Amino acid sequence: MKGAFWKSGVFVILALLLVLAGCGKNDNAASTTTNADGTKTDNGGSTGSENSGGEIKVGILHSLSGTMAISEVSVKDSEMMAIDEINAKGGVMGKKIVPVVEDGASDWPTFAEKARKLISEDKVATVFGGWTSSSRKAMLPVFEELNGLLWYPVQYEGLEQSPNIMYTGATTNQQIVPAVSWLLENKGKKFFLLGSDYVFPRTANKIIKEQLKVEGGELAGEEYTPLGHTDYATIISKIKAAKPDVVFNTLNGDSNVAFFKQLKDAGISSGDLTTLSVSVAEEEIRGIGADVLAGTFAAWNYYETTDTPANKTFVENYKKKYGDDRVTADPIEAGYDAVYLWAAAVEKAGSTEVDKVKDAAKELEWDAPEGKVKIDGETQHLYKTVRIGEVQTDGQFKEVWNSGSPVKPDPFLKGYDWAKSLSEGK
Amino acid sequence: MPIRKLSAQRLWLLAAYTAAAALLFCAPLMLSDFRLNLLAKFLAYAIVALGLDLIWGYTGILSLGHGVFFGLGGYAMAMYLKMDASGGKLPDFMDWSGLTKLPWFWKPFESLPFAIAAGILLPALLALILGFFTFRNRIRGVYFTILTQALVIITTTLFIGQQAYTGGTNGLTGYSKLFGFSLGSPETKRWLYWVTVALLIGAFLLCRFLVKSRFGKVLRAIRDGENRARFIGYNPAIYQMVAFSFSAGLAGLAGMLFVLHVGIISPSMMGIVPSIEMVLWVAIGGRGTLAGAVIGAVLLNYAKSTFSESYPNIWILFMGALFVVVVVFLPKGAAGLFGQFKWLRRRKAADEGADGVRYPAV
Amino acid sequence: MDVIILQLFNGFSISSILLLIALGLSITFGLMKVINMAHGELIMIGAYTAYVVQNLFADYMPASMFGWYFALAIPVSFAVAFVFGLVLEMGLIRFLYGRPLDSLLATWGVGLMLQQLARSIFGAPNVGVKSPAWLDGGMTVGDNVFPYKRLFIIGLVLVCLLVMYLYIYRSHPGRRMRAVMQNREMAACLGISTRRVDATTFAIGSGIAGIAGCALTLIGPIGPTIGTYYIVDAFMVVVLGGVGKLVGTVFGALGIGLSNTLFEYWTTASLGKVLVFLCIVAFLQWKPSGFVAMRSRSLDN
Repeated sequence: MKGAFWKSGVFVILALLLVLAGCGKNDNAASTTTNADGTKTDNGGSTGSENSGGEIKVGILHSLSGTMAISEVSVKDSEMMAIDEINAKGGVMGKKIVPVVEDGASDWPTFAEKARKLISEDKVATVFGGWTSSSRKAMLPVFEELNGLLWYPVQYEGLEQSPNIMYTGATTNQQIVPAVSWLLENKGKKFFLLGSDYVFPRTANKIIKEQLKVEGGELAGEEYTPLGHTDYATIISKIKAAKPDVVFNTLNGDSNVAFFKQLKDAGISSGDLTTLSVSVAEEEIRGIGADVLAGTFAAWNYYETTDTPANKTFVENYKKKYGDDRVTADPIEAGYDAVYLWAAAVEKAGSTEVDKVKDAAKELEWDAPEGKVKIDGETQHLYKTVRIGEVQTDGQFKEVWNSGSPVKPDPFLKGYDWAKSLSEGK
Repeated sequence: MPIRKLSAQRLWLLAAYTAAAALLFCAPLMLSDFRLNLLAKFLAYAIVALGLDLIWGYTGILSLGHGVFFGLGGYAMAMYLKMDASGGKLPDFMDWSGLTKLPWFWKPFESLPFAIAAGILLPALLALILGFFTFRNRIRGVYFTILTQALVIITTTLFIGQQAYTGGTNGLTGYSKLFGFSLGSPETKRWLYWVTVALLIGAFLLCRFLVKSRFGKVLRAIRDGENRARFIGYNPAIYQMVAFSFSAGLAGLAGMLFVLHVGIISPSMMGIVPSIEMVLWVAIGGRGTLAGAVIGAVLLNYAKSTFSESYPNIWILFMGALFVVVVVFLPKGAAGLFGQFKWLRRRKAADEGADGVRYPAV
Repeated sequence: MDVIILQLFNGFSISSILLLIALGLSITFGLMKVINMAHGELIMIGAYTAYVVQNLFADYMPASMFGWYFALAIPVSFAVAFVFGLVLEMGLIRFLYGRPLDSLLATWGVGLMLQQLARSIFGAPNVGVKSPAWLDGGMTVGDNVFPYKRLFIIGLVLVCLLVMYLYIYRSHPGRRMRAVMQNREMAACLGISTRRVDATTFAIGSGIAGIAGCALTLIGPIGPTIGTYYIVDAFMVVVLGGVGKLVGTVFGALGIGLSNTLFEYWTTASLGKVLVFLCIVAFLQWKPSGFVAMRSRSLDN
């Protein structure tokens, strides 16, 4: 049996690797790893399952691998930055915040698994995480079952209100609904709805269609493409044939790159056709190219160019920490807000217990980079200012309209008569 | 496979199997609730691996479409749980998607026996249909493998696109009760774990019986020389169809258990990536040995969780390296390592002729 | 009528893109029977190479020269992917000949590693490649606009095809390549170094994937996971066309590209995709070895 020797060798190496993984240290700050048998090996100094001693553990759960990593890694970065900043100022209640980072791997069941791990094994005080609605929906039952607290940083389709989730991104009435009204007033009546084939675009478009009916708009067409679709030639033909005034774009991630590049090549410039996107922020502009996007619109609550004192320091620190070529964007800022809001709530409650923190968070105000935000006690969403921006050739947005003051969140659109059929039964 | 005349070895193996089974049954005493839940999930995966091993290791057909069968089983169970959780009302996602009436094909899933039967039979039936067309036309090897990938794309695109009926990319989640017991309680989890262990052992014994039987011998004959088997008078297509459909049924069963343990099923679980991962479990454990498949599924998933927990930013790198190392240096997988041990080596030599890993068909 | 012409053009354009991503695979998989799941990542390497070349031009060359970075990026992408392919073949694939399904699993692992490496080096977000000015815009015929980029890709594919044809069928190394792929023992007996031929063949296949990646930066995203968008399509094209025949791959790409445009126009993008794949499944029932089958009298091959 020649080769038996090296085979055993390989086996030993593999076994070593596994052991290494089991006892390895998290590569962020000091933190805790858990062995398979459920015992804990603390590297940071604190022991015990409670957040006693000088540390408070929090979970950070984003996709660091897979297709969603293109967006989520930056949110993780800004959340880490917020934690570092708070620690530098002495932490929360005098304790250091220790992040436990997990990878959701762009896979929804993995998000559920890791959320469970963070709450029941690591006993984190709260979790910041998620991007896609699917990942939030997957984590929701876990957080409700174990009474955890999730801070979700991305704009979404609304129609949800879990007692265990704080929504720091915009809901529909803080992004889509005002954007549609603005377009109807300023750009035209004939809408073409284009989205990726998943829950957010479909729900958003359902809302838009209702809104168009009452506000005098007209639907020219509605198309969905599979996630990761990269050829838009046919869709562009359909848009040409439909001759809309406005394309309302709810495409996700990579598809935006393909769509905008190919739209430009097909000879349709932003002068001929208005496009407004709700998932294209500064970071996406970098991947698509500012020259391709210049003149298109987007609706968010924050831009890197938003002029507030808090934003100046935020942008400056972010660039200092992660490099001059990095940009900030709405979800990145919302993740940053989430950490600060949680810290403020913990200070106010004097405890990291979920129920107390939730109570303390009610009506909590904070001067965020996007301006003043306030947690709405009833819905656990944020009051946010709506901003519509136009992409400039340097890859930044120029704000062309804002709502003036923060808009009260209304996830079920109860304040809109035409939305009755959407929010029924809730 | 033990050889009957070497009784000492048989004894050893029996002892090892008994010890493994006993260890599995006692695991709840040693693991935290979360780890137990993970182990339960891995054991559900092991059931898929058994089925895959049956068709790949023993019949020489590589399917990169088992995620679909797994997913169908999962959806069947999730549909029942969702109906149960909605309590007579329309499930929440249908509400958002603008449905006003329960679609007809959801109705029967109100009953648990129907859901369980469908979870096993639907994948089996789909496999039978696919097998009927492909194996009869003597499509095999790489062509079959690519066809199963097409099946994956078709199913996931359909499931994602028909949001009103399937929950779209979100999949089905947001249910917490089985027979009125909370799925989250440690008590229920422990019971579900034991059910999974029992089903895994059952599936293992069934597969073992199959591969030992005349049927199993024909399968291996087909793997090693399809045309030879045909000329001797067997119809390979029938055997392949039955094996494929049986293996799909096992995947469906595993899918149902997965939903009970994890609480969500989504199209991402039926996609290309999980389908390939399933094959990797078998490859790494050792194809052509049932115990290897089980070990592979558990080990690889254990490695995946530990790597990703310890090195969340670069764990993928380790996983990739693991695949490469195992495939290059351990072509027979982890089970092949046991050949290193002296007391098993004679058996291996005796087995070489029958069990040699040659796959001319693929 | 305009729509029909435009859709026909779109169909050919998609076919040309499919062909470009599948050409490399038709060598590594078609000729060498290596199921290279890292093919998509070789495409990604090509795309990132274009990105790097662009940045170098922007930093070190006068602005007036910037537009020509793309002309340089194509051969550089080929070279980089070629070297990667060479390393991959010498370090891994050569242990796996005769074990096609093992090659599938190992290259899957390689693909994962390359994705993570790209993420670690270039960062997780997509990067932007500014297309050269001379490819902006399009040719206007009547009411239709035919984008230069799509025309350019069609042209690029034709050139690649021609070069490959000349290399494989009209050159000495190509003849050696075919000899080795058809009858390895006999070729070795005749004094051909099969090791070297294997290595170059695989590297050429990889290099073409690099070109595909470079071209795709014109119309698509550039990120660590773009390979996963193209890999299944590439395999479908090769299998549908018939493994081992260059002309089969061309037919495969045309078949999928044209039917895709057609179905997508009639229905929706999702449904169109489902229909295309259903057609592939149905077609392979009818012709199990693709459009252009290798003739062989052997029963088990």
